[in-house]
Amino acid sequence: MQKYSVFNLIKNALSNHENWDLAWKDPTPKKEYDVVIIGGGGHGLATAYYLAKEHNITNVAIIEKGWIGGGNVGRNTTIIRSNYMHDDNALFSEFGMDLWRKMSQDLNYNVMFSPRGIINLAHSDAQMNVYARRGNSMRLNGIDAVLLNREQVKEIIPMADFSENVRFPIFGGLMQPSAGTARHDAVAWGYARQADSMGVDIIQNCEVVGFDVSGGKIKGVRTSRGDIKAKKIGLCVAGSTNILAEKLNMRLPIETHLLQACVSEPVKPVLDRVVTFGAGHFYISQSDKGEMVMGGDLDGYNSYAQRGNLPTLQHVLTEGIAMMPFLSKLKMLRTWGGIMDMSMDGSPIIDKTHIEGLYLNCGWCYGGFKATPASGWTFAHTIAQDRVHELNAGYNLNRFNTGHLLDEKGLGTKTWIS
Amino acid sequence: MLYIKCPHCGMRSQNEFSYGGDATVKRPELGKEVSDQEWDDFVYNRKSLRGKHWELWQHLFGCRQWIKVERDTATHEIFKTLKANQEISK
Repeated sequence: MQKYSVFNLIKNALSNHENWDLAWKDPTPKKEYDVVIIGGGGHGLATAYYLAKEHNITNVAIIEKGWIGGGNVGRNTTIIRSNYMHDDNALFSEFGMDLWRKMSQDLNYNVMFSPRGIINLAHSDAQMNVYARRGNSMRLNGIDAVLLNREQVKEIIPMADFSENVRFPIFGGLMQPSAGTARHDAVAWGYARQADSMGVDIIQNCEVVGFDVSGGKIKGVRTSRGDIKAKKIGLCVAGSTNILAEKLNMRLPIETHLLQACVSEPVKPVLDRVVTFGAGHFYISQSDKGEMVMGGDLDGYNSYAQRGNLPTLQHVLTEGIAMMPFLSKLKMLRTWGGIMDMSMDGSPIIDKTHIEGLYLNCGWCYGGFKATPASGWTFAHTIAQDRVHELNAGYNLNRFNTGHLLDEKGLGTKTWIS
Repeated sequence: MLYIKCPHCGMRSQNEFSYGGDATVKRPELGKEVSDQEWDDFVYNRKSLRGKHWELWQHLFGCRQWIKVERDTATHEIFKTLKANQEISK
């Protein structure tokens, strides 16, 4: 594989950039693999990469019904954070933060990781108390957290509405300085390129039509490009989880919902942090191109539409304007939607299943992008060793049966509870 | 914007409704021994497929009644609405 470096950039500039190698190949599927990963999104590509890198398993195929990186890894608001209170979420996400910091070097691909910090705004004394508690929990788990008062927040984001007579005055906020954003497409492409270079077959335009299960064991997968045998199969299909579970006669604690995001026209640099509104569900950052990147609530009903409805967008942007009034002057450039695998407790599932050799990675709700490296790393471990790692032990499927829910925010598919 | 025909009030905009999830899940019968699996299926496990989906909505800013709606989860086309106590015909 050609290494990306400034010398190679200059060398290729001399030949008009016509001689770069392809970043990954376009193989025809083999008859059999050790591991087949279904879903060529961020999590699937990362899983294949860590299978090869950490576990030396390279007879791996990723099968993707569309093109890699065309799902939620290409549709998110690129926020990376580990500001969780519960140990299972905090330790998992902080492990991921470490992988994010090293990712560009590790993948030899600039993922533009920008640790600009995230501020969760608080709008009441009670909320300040809750944030103080969350911040303390984070610090006990080795995650950086700073509780800011109103004046400190004002210094950092003066463009927010600090007037006194508003419905949700800003009392302060909780900041995780090491949180940030990254270039989402680069994450998919970086993982794909490295996985490919280590021998993983990335098979695009290959849709799963069924599974071959016998005697409680997974034997292979039937696809639009023929049957593929596999000793182990990992599902990383986010919003299509329910559809594949149906083919396996499994019912999961997952509902498929639509989440929208939008960007404004590009403007000059105004916001150098990620900020979330504390009295509703709205988050905003400014991209390197100058667009304000915004998102918020689910549309609120089961959906595979991949296209949002206006009432939700209007609701989300109303919150945005309440928080930062200047947003009302901006024109909207694009809005889009992706379909989320919403779990019933708002936390993900990375686990084995009752079918031997079949592994499940789903339930990412609003937070799939930031989890990409940690999810891939732990899912690769779970598949390779046939047992969960302690980092994803809390993300078991059984918790819905035993009652050990991981209800960080106390909401999953039920957005109206918030 | 969805337009939902409330069986009590007629055609109204989505803004008047709140969503209540899958309408086909049945609470396990009272007074009968209920297994953990049955509770799981009632409380958590869902099919949530692409295509026709019977679901509950509440006409929150209208008559406040719960209703059943058959909607396509990909196109959002609404085929049928029923009062909450009407059985879904197969």
